[in-house]
Amino acid sequence: MEIPRHWRLRKQRYGLVGEVCPHCEAKIFPPRDVCPDCGKEAKTKFSFSGQGEVYSYTTIYNAPSGFEANVPYTVALVKLEEGPLVTAQLTDVAEEEVEIGMPVEMVTRRLHQDGDERGLLVYGYKFRPIGFAAH
Amino acid sequence: MTPKNETLLIPSRPVGIIGYGAYVPRYRLPATEVARIWKGGKGGLPIKEKSVPGLDEDVVTMSIEAARNALARAQIDASDLRAVWVGSESHPYAVKPTSTIVAEAIGAVPSTQAADWEFACKAGTEALVAAMGLVGSEMAEYALAIGMDTAQGRPGDALEYTAGAGGAAYIIGPAEESLAVIEAAYSYVTDTPDFWRRAGAKYPEHGSRFTGEPAYFEHITQAAKALMEASGTTPADYQWAVFHQPNTKFPTRVAKMLGFSKEQIEPGLLVPLIGNTYAGAAIIGLTATLDIARPGDRILVTSFGSGAGSDAFSIRVTDAISERSGRAPKTQEYIARRTEIDYATYVRMRGKITLK
Ligand SMILES: [Zn+2]
Repeated sequence: MEIPRHWRLRKQRYGLVGEVCPHCEAKIFPPRDVCPDCGKEAKTKFSFSGQGEVYSYTTIYNAPSGFEANVPYTVALVKLEEGPLVTAQLTDVAEEEVEIGMPVEMVTRRLHQDGDERGLLVYGYKFRPIGFAAH
Repeated sequence: MTPKNETLLIPSRPVGIIGYGAYVPRYRLPATEVARIWKGGKGGLPIKEKSVPGLDEDVVTMSIEAARNALARAQIDASDLRAVWVGSESHPYAVKPTSTIVAEAIGAVPSTQAADWEFACKAGTEALVAAMGLVGSEMAEYALAIGMDTAQGRPGDALEYTAGAGGAAYIIGPAEESLAVIEAAYSYVTDTPDFWRRAGAKYPEHGSRFTGEPAYFEHITQAAKALMEASGTTPADYQWAVFHQPNTKFPTRVAKMLGFSKEQIEPGLLVPLIGNTYAGAAIIGLTATLDIARPGDRILVTSFGSGAGSDAFSIRVTDAISERSGRAPKTQEYIARRTEIDYATYVRMRGKITLK
């Protein structure tokens, strides 16, 4: 049971809410209250646009506990347009379509359930290819 | 329009739609796939294909995306919403609101109402009428009403061809800020046992032939006729009409019964391509219609929910539509964004395979 952690992280998970440094304008994700660029305190909330591109990726065939039902799935390092790199699952995309530099956008999806089918549903950000071209 | 009949629902402050947003998952199951497995490929098909949610989608995630689209069109801050209401028959939890998760994700918390609405396929329009009341009474400036479903049919049942996924979100606000004024609503409700699902049951039961005449056709025609009579309008006063669409045949026939043409219902008739989206069905027909509507157009919308009831709305599009409709993806863009799947993939995506 990780309910307190899921609850604490909900804002950053649901909507990519991070921080902006009031001293040097650096955008920070995940939020850590200290600017990684200038080392000063940074607690101002900042909502990321959710736009970014795939920086690198790997496809998971042997999933960790709680994610088995989704295999195979692709996890990517996504470079947000505001700067930070985040690790997230890609969704609505076949593995063979993924490439480095692919533009993606944030969506909020179901990440997993805590424990079994009686457990809490955990929601959070994933990324999908931008655009509405038919496949 | 002046109220000639006290049964019409008209708020004391005029209200309208400030923003709207649709959502349809990208996966499609052709009806031929269901027929291939269960009918040896024989028999008629009620639709071409239906939308299927991905493994990581449910009414919460789909409502969040539709709500974000509505906010993008409305260009208001989510913290100005005083209600986040989600109508569905497939809420992911039996106990724990869908609406609190949606409200948190879009940034509407904490100064807001949040509740889940249930009334089979009219849960979304039920929330819409309530939002009209909240804004129309001046208790709130803005309220968000959503109808969204990921409906399930028992494998092999007639409903499996059509039970689709999708829906829409509407931000209701003062009429003068709206892209479409809701001139009036009318609700027609009776106790009619045409379709139900008992608590704890996974798949619904339906009264077969009973679903047609005494349920769908009776409630929709009564609601639409009463709204038009009381407000002094006829089908000729509406450019467009949208009816609840459990299959292609029913809305086509009910439109004809009421005196609406094929052309009037064409933009909002989405069921052949996405299936029956239950609480989302009538109102995603409306998003698709708003996408193509022009200032001054009038739209008649009538939902139907089993059990049973219909909500009818008379809606007049304003000049603001031209500027706002392009601010978020159009309904037809979601429909065009399709990945076809086979029955096996569908069975997996809908959780019909258990891993233990
Ligand atoms: Zn800094």
